[in-house]
Amino acid sequence: MNITRRRLLVLLPAAAIAWKHILAGTPEASPNYKLTEHWWGMLVDVTKCIGCGNCVRACQTENDVPDGYYRTWVERYHLEGWAFQNPKVDSPDGGKNGFPPGNQSGGKNFFVPKLCNHCVESPCTQVCPVGATFVTPDGVVLIDQKYCLGCRYCVQACPYGCRFIHPQKETAEKCTLCYHRITKGLTTACCESCPTGARQLADLKDPKDPIHEFLRTHSIQVLKPYMATNSKVFYNGLDGSVR
Amino acid sequence: MRLAAVFLVGTLLFLLARGFLVPRSFGQYGHYRGNAIAEIAARPVAFAGHQTCETCHSDVLELKQKGRHARVNCEACHGALAKHAEDPVSVKPAKLQAAVLCARCHEANIAKPKQFPQVVPAEHSGGAACDMCHQPHSPALDSGKRK
Repeated sequence: MNITRRRLLVLLPAAAIAWKHILAGTPEASPNYKLTEHWWGMLVDVTKCIGCGNCVRACQTENDVPDGYYRTWVERYHLEGWAFQNPKVDSPDGGKNGFPPGNQSGGKNFFVPKLCNHCVESPCTQVCPVGATFVTPDGVVLIDQKYCLGCRYCVQACPYGCRFIHPQKETAEKCTLCYHRITKGLTTACCESCPTGARQLADLKDPKDPIHEFLRTHSIQVLKPYMATNSKVFYNGLDGSVR
Repeated sequence: MRLAAVFLVGTLLFLLARGFLVPRSFGQYGHYRGNAIAEIAARPVAFAGHQTCETCHSDVLELKQKGRHARVNCEACHGALAKHAEDPVSVKPAKLQAAVLCARCHEANIAKPKQFPQVVPAEHSGGAACDMCHQPHSPALDSGKRK
């Protein structure tokens, strides 16, 4: 085909317009879901957690999390005497297979499930150099896998250690609060599989959500409040030793 | 004049390149690609959710509501079954092993909340399967196979 200069000048803008349309192809997932009507968070009731590891396994199944990496995990704390500054913490395989009974006796012992805190003032999104991680209008911190360079800034910035680099994809990964589920009206995989209701998804913009009553009537904490991240994972019955 | 032309051409080239390289949805909600939200939301689910299970298995729901496992969701024990919900005929859930499954929650552990029912399996049942005495969906004593 003979392309003259004139023809090329006509073709180039046409190609540009066509390419724009290809890039703009938005997959429509949940047509009835409105971003501005929700503000997601989670309630974790430490007094109910039995350390069964259901949440860790469910998360791995739901989100194809590779072995040895965790979007959520459970820690077991053991405190003895006055040692609350130095708790003994273990989390074998992220608590995925539960915790061995052990022969510990005495002291204070409890489980703490952890996940991304979906901070409003999230340090991880602030350090991303390419706009690959962001807080959505409905309050979930997500990662755009197509934009992430795998530079690891966010992994270092997260004060809660919630991010990792996927060993095959070489991009950052973390809990999405099961965004693909909550936008379809389902709860997260970890909440769905928690047998004791220790984890509960909360929509802070929904006036009917029981979270409001719970926040009013219980003594609620967040992890590392001194980091001023405005975390949206609320803990009930959290011990002062938990970091 | 020539410098101005070079500058103009450079600016046009930059704008053209930017038009090509920056997706249209970038900046729609903030400094990120707006389409990424819909792409993440489009992922298929693995856990169907208890509401889906209950549409067919209302008999189990009725049984469960009478007992202590009323608030335990189906997939907490049965695992992710969205595929079964989509195609109940050809995708059948695996049979569960009561001994492994019950112990996962009810095996005694000092870190578990004191009010949570816990047993040392060897002492409690002497190795007998839990579902001999307890019906898993409504686990009151003597609800199991041995009646």
